[in-house]
Formats: sequence, C-alpha cells, structure tokens
Amino acid sequence: MTIHHHPDEEILVRYAAGELAEALSLLVATHIAMCPACRSKVRAAEAIGGALVQDASPVAMSADALDSVLARVEVSAEPEPVKAPLPSGARPILPEPLRSYAGSDLDGLDWRRLGRGAYHIPLVADRGAPTARLLRIPAGRPVPEHGHNGLELTMVLQGSFVDGGERFAAGDVETADADLEHQPVAEPGQDCICLAVTDAPLRFRGPIARLAQPFIGI
Amino acid sequence: MLLVSVADRDRDAFAALFAHFAPRVKSYMLRLGSDDSQAEELAQEALVSVWRKADRYDPSRAAASTWIFTIARNLRIDAYRRRNHPEPDPDDPALVPEAPPSADAVVERKQDAERIRAALEELPEEQREVVRLSFFDDKTHTEISEALDIPLGTVKSRIRLAFGRIRNLLEDEA
Ligand SMILES: [Zn+2]
Repeated sequence: MTIHHHPDEEILVRYAAGELAEALSLLVATHIAMCPACRSKVRAAEAIGGALVQDASPVAMSADALDSVLARVEVSAEPEPVKAPLPSGARPILPEPLRSYAGSDLDGLDWRRLGRGAYHIPLVADRGAPTARLLRIPAGRPVPEHGHNGLELTMVLQGSFVDGGERFAAGDVETADADLEHQPVAEPGQDCICLAVTDAPLRFRGPIARLAQPFIGI
Repeated sequence: MLLVSVADRDRDAFAALFAHFAPRVKSYMLRLGSDDSQAEELAQEALVSVWRKADRYDPSRAAASTWIFTIARNLRIDAYRRRNHPEPDPDDPALVPEAPPSADAVVERKQDAERIRAALEELPEEQREVVRLSFFDDKTHTEISEALDIPLGTVKSRIRLAFGRIRNLLEDEA
C-alpha cells in the first residue's frame, strides 16, 4: 500500500500530546495503523513528551503517596480492553482501533441508509464535538454534494475516490477546510468505504444561507 | 533497567521509579491545568498503571519516560473527558508493520530519553518554545501564532524542523 495523502503534522503532534477530540484521535490512530511513516512521527512526538516529563521540575507528592499506590496495586489487576472478534482466516480490512469502534470488520457491519445509494454508520457522535462515521459510497457515484462549517477529514479504507483532480485510495486522508465545496466521486469497480470526521454538522447544499462560522477545536 | 524489575514485581525498583517519576508526572498534570489534589491523584493513578502494565512494556519500542508519558497522557484524557485515547493495536493483523528494530537499536533505546533531551536542548530557543507550547500548554498552532505574534506558517515550520530533528535521531538507530 502506498499512501500519498497524510494528515497534517499538527494533527499528529496534537494526537501524541493527547489534545485531540476522540473522533479525530480515532482517525489518526486508524491512519497510523496503516501508515508506518506517520506512526514514526507520532512515536517521535511521544518521545518528546517523555523528554518533557523527564525534564519537568518535580513537585513533591504527599507523604503517604507511595504506600497508597502500593496498597492499590494489590487490589485488582488492569482489565484487558475489549476487542472486536477477529474474523477467521483473512486479514481484516478495518484496522484497530477502528474495528472495535465499528464492532466488527467490514463484512459484519449494520449500514444505515443515507440516500442516493450511500450508507453510513455513526461511530462517535457528541453534541458540539467532532463526529466520526463510516461512509459507504456506491462505486462510480458522488457523495451527496456538501460543504461544512469546519474541518472535515476523510480516510479511505477500501476502494477509492477522486476529488478536485486528486485520487484517494486505501490509507489516504483528505483534509478539507470550511471554504471547500468539494465533490468526492467513488471510482468505478468497488464501493468506496471511508472514515469521515467532521468538527461541525455537514451542510448539504440547499437554500439556507451559509453562515460564516469560525471553527474552534483542533 | 528499573521497569524490567518492576515487571518482576520488585518493590524496591518500583519505589525508585516512583520517587523519580511521580513528582514529574504531577508537575506535568499541574502544568496542564489540574489543581494540586487532581494532579496528585492522577500521578498516583499513573504509577498504579505503571506497576500493573510493566510486564507489557517493550523497551525496543520506547524509552521508559516515553512509555510513562503515554500512560499519564491517557489517564488525563480519561479523567477529564471520560474518553479513550484510541490507539492502534500492535498485535493487530491489519496493522501495516515497519521494519523490525535491529538488536543494536534495542540496546540503544534506553539512551533515547537522554539523547532526545540533549537534542531538545540544542534546538534554537524559538523552536523549543513552540514545542513546549504545543505539548504542555494545550495550544493549537493558531493560538501559538497569536500568543507569540508570529505567522501561522512560521509556527508550523518551527514545529516541522523540531520534530524532523528528533525523528532523525530516533531513526538513526533503527
Ligand atoms: Zn501517513
């Protein structure tokens, strides 16, 4: 797999620093599972975090802190995180942590109709925070035309799409800001499945006036 | 290697690790806006996790300080946002692997922390400042550009230079 479109370095650094909303962190984590180059950037940023902690001026702990910690470690073990079951045989298409968010690999998903042949599955949906969902665009068809009030990142998991003359295939991330009215079109041959993260609800084009809304968040 | 002894449930090794890292993790939490009792509690929680997860620490992947930083970071996210920090699973068959580290790299890794600190010290002050602001002050690049009154492009290029330097350092040994 050759990845041509990566997330902005700022997003990788903020992921490593623990400053991204969950939906964006999910996209970065999924991308770095498929992209060793970005994974190495994240590891470097985490190493800087480690060096900064190492260099932090120590602040005295309470007198009984060590005893209190030792008493706690006796009590219970760390629970293992719950993972989605592995499909037998074939290598899964959705990498972790996305597979656990979706509940299964691609073949076990419960798609919801979105209109015009497209389907989606909401994964992270909190009011006022960036949202994440899986999108399935039928082969050869456009995503319903839309703009958005904030940043939108779209990562391809299977198939491919073309937008603004550029091609996005498995592992690629398209970053679209508020000004872009874009029109991704799935390439023929295979449905295109993406992870889409938006920091504001999508505005599907219509008669409602577009509000200039400065985006806050990442 | 203290963490290796902690994985063997060596309490003296753990006490030494605690004495070094707990006050620094507390400092990190304070810097990011926790009050004293929250910072104390999060630092204790972080060291509880260090004890429990020590057998999963892989010295070929990260320096001890880096690993402890990621534990502290994730606890902070849990505590304040009741959220997970989504991460890839190194054992996932869908993970696209990099080339495995060489035996030399494993031996070298424990010096990473020292070398990265040295490299940070060598950075021009202007680069070090944007690195600190983006890690420790929870600031976006746009906010940093406003706080320092420099163009956004300059913030981005300083970050890129600083991280490029650290990455070269890490990759030199692999
Ligand atoms: Zn990448």
